[in-house]
Amino acid sequence: MRKLFRIRTKIDIKLYNALALGVFLLVLILWTMLSEGGSISQIFLPSPKSVLTYLIHVFGSGQIWPDIGISAYRIFMGFVIAAVIGIPLGILAGTFNFAEALIQPLTEFIRYMPVPAFVPLIMVWFGIDESAKIALIFLGTLFQLIPMVADNVRAVPEDLLSAAYTLGAKRITVIMKVIIPAIAPRTMDTLRIMIGWAWTYLIVAELVAANSGLGYNILKAQRYLKTDAIFGGILIIGCLGLLTDRLFALANRKLFPWAEGGK
Amino acid sequence: MFGRKKKVQTRSDAVIEAHVANSKIVVSNLRKAYVTKRMETVAIADVSIEILDNEFVSIVGPSGCGKSTLLRILAGLDEATGGTAILDDKLIDDPGADRGMVFQTYTLFPWLTVEENIHFGLKIRKIPKKQADEIVDRYLEIIKLKPFRKSYPKELSGGMQQRVAIARALANSPKVLLMDEPFGALDSQTKSEMQLLMRQIWQVDKPTVVFITHDIEEAVFLSTRVYVMSGQPSVIKANIPIYLSYRRSLELKDTTEFIEYRHKITALLHDKEANADVES
Repeated sequence: MRKLFRIRTKIDIKLYNALALGVFLLVLILWTMLSEGGSISQIFLPSPKSVLTYLIHVFGSGQIWPDIGISAYRIFMGFVIAAVIGIPLGILAGTFNFAEALIQPLTEFIRYMPVPAFVPLIMVWFGIDESAKIALIFLGTLFQLIPMVADNVRAVPEDLLSAAYTLGAKRITVIMKVIIPAIAPRTMDTLRIMIGWAWTYLIVAELVAANSGLGYNILKAQRYLKTDAIFGGILIIGCLGLLTDRLFALANRKLFPWAEGGK
Repeated sequence: MFGRKKKVQTRSDAVIEAHVANSKIVVSNLRKAYVTKRMETVAIADVSIEILDNEFVSIVGPSGCGKSTLLRILAGLDEATGGTAILDDKLIDDPGADRGMVFQTYTLFPWLTVEENIHFGLKIRKIPKKQADEIVDRYLEIIKLKPFRKSYPKELSGGMQQRVAIARALANSPKVLLMDEPFGALDSQTKSEMQLLMRQIWQVDKPTVVFITHDIEEAVFLSTRVYVMSGQPSVIKANIPIYLSYRRSLELKDTTEFIEYRHKITALLHDKEANADVES
């Protein structure tokens, strides 16, 4: 028992896994007890069994795949455009003080505006076709991405740049051959965090202005009070988010074997 | 209309003419001050030094005496507020490949392997691949890290990383090697090994070295000459040539001559009037 409470000391990996799994089971048992016990109506809390039945049905018939596909497409587009614009702007802001003055204060200002509040405006501008969802994801991630990339640049040790200068590097070489490779793993990690935000904004967009996608599916289920479908939809989104997150983490380890924690 | 425009003699020209031809580095009345809102902090009050070709010169001084700033000015990484620093008749105002530098912190590029790190400067200077490979091989041999050529810096110990940093700087064949307390972060055992290696490299290739340290023993062991800097105000207090055997081994540190040098410099640093025959 005393072993468990040692500050920042690793516990046995088997015990660790057992505890982690145990919490999942505990939640599942509580959920089953509450929903099957009859004290709460199925409409408010569908049983794990009915959610599972729903999941088997949508995956079995394949009807969920087009929704997953369209949602993934929106995430990908919004996210890629934000990365293509945001990363260079972040590098500029982190490298040159004048660029920081031009980019960062404005970015920080926009960053604190609630993105869902832009939805009506985006609908006015883009209607309700694909560009609207992509624009929302783009807006939601771009202004978070820029200051994070700029911070990654600022975290590159000054002596690393000095070393490059004393080896004959000019400014452009320092940016291309030192700053960019140095921030690569951290920026990959930044993108991993960003894609989590992207999933949130996607659902916001699909809940209010879409006729396809995972978010729309949830909205549709709500209309018919099919709470098992709502639960199922949230679970699918959660799993997809977790999957992309893990893929990014894996790519980071494989792409940058030289970084701490890389393989 | 009449007569040609009078040629204006710049300040640096005047300084160059005033000095002996065989000086590699000439630093004259160098001053560095940082001005903040409330006050001016003087990092270097007034420093003049000369370094000859193939010399190994150490600059010792208490922490905060501005010796690292002096080195950074020589590297072109910092600008002086007054005075001049000249390398081979050229005013130093920018960093360049002719002044290699080894830092106290580990500055290997973590995304490059050991050999790619040593290649870095050669690639920038567009040295032909074959020739560059030969240079890299030679330095891997000297620093005894051939088996680690494909390793990333994170796989190396601190001492190994500094050996690669020295090789990386020397592979670029700079006119002068600037070293800023390069062994300061190492344990004493590794530090001694590094000092011996550095001395051996110098004995063979004779690079011109300016070495900053606060370790007096290290300065005496490595150098042909030692400048002693004082704290406040930061000026050069003494210039001490080290007349010890040319081929040095770590046993030298136990000899009476060595210990005398150590005592002399220690006394100077601690502001006691040493009864030494101090030059300049």
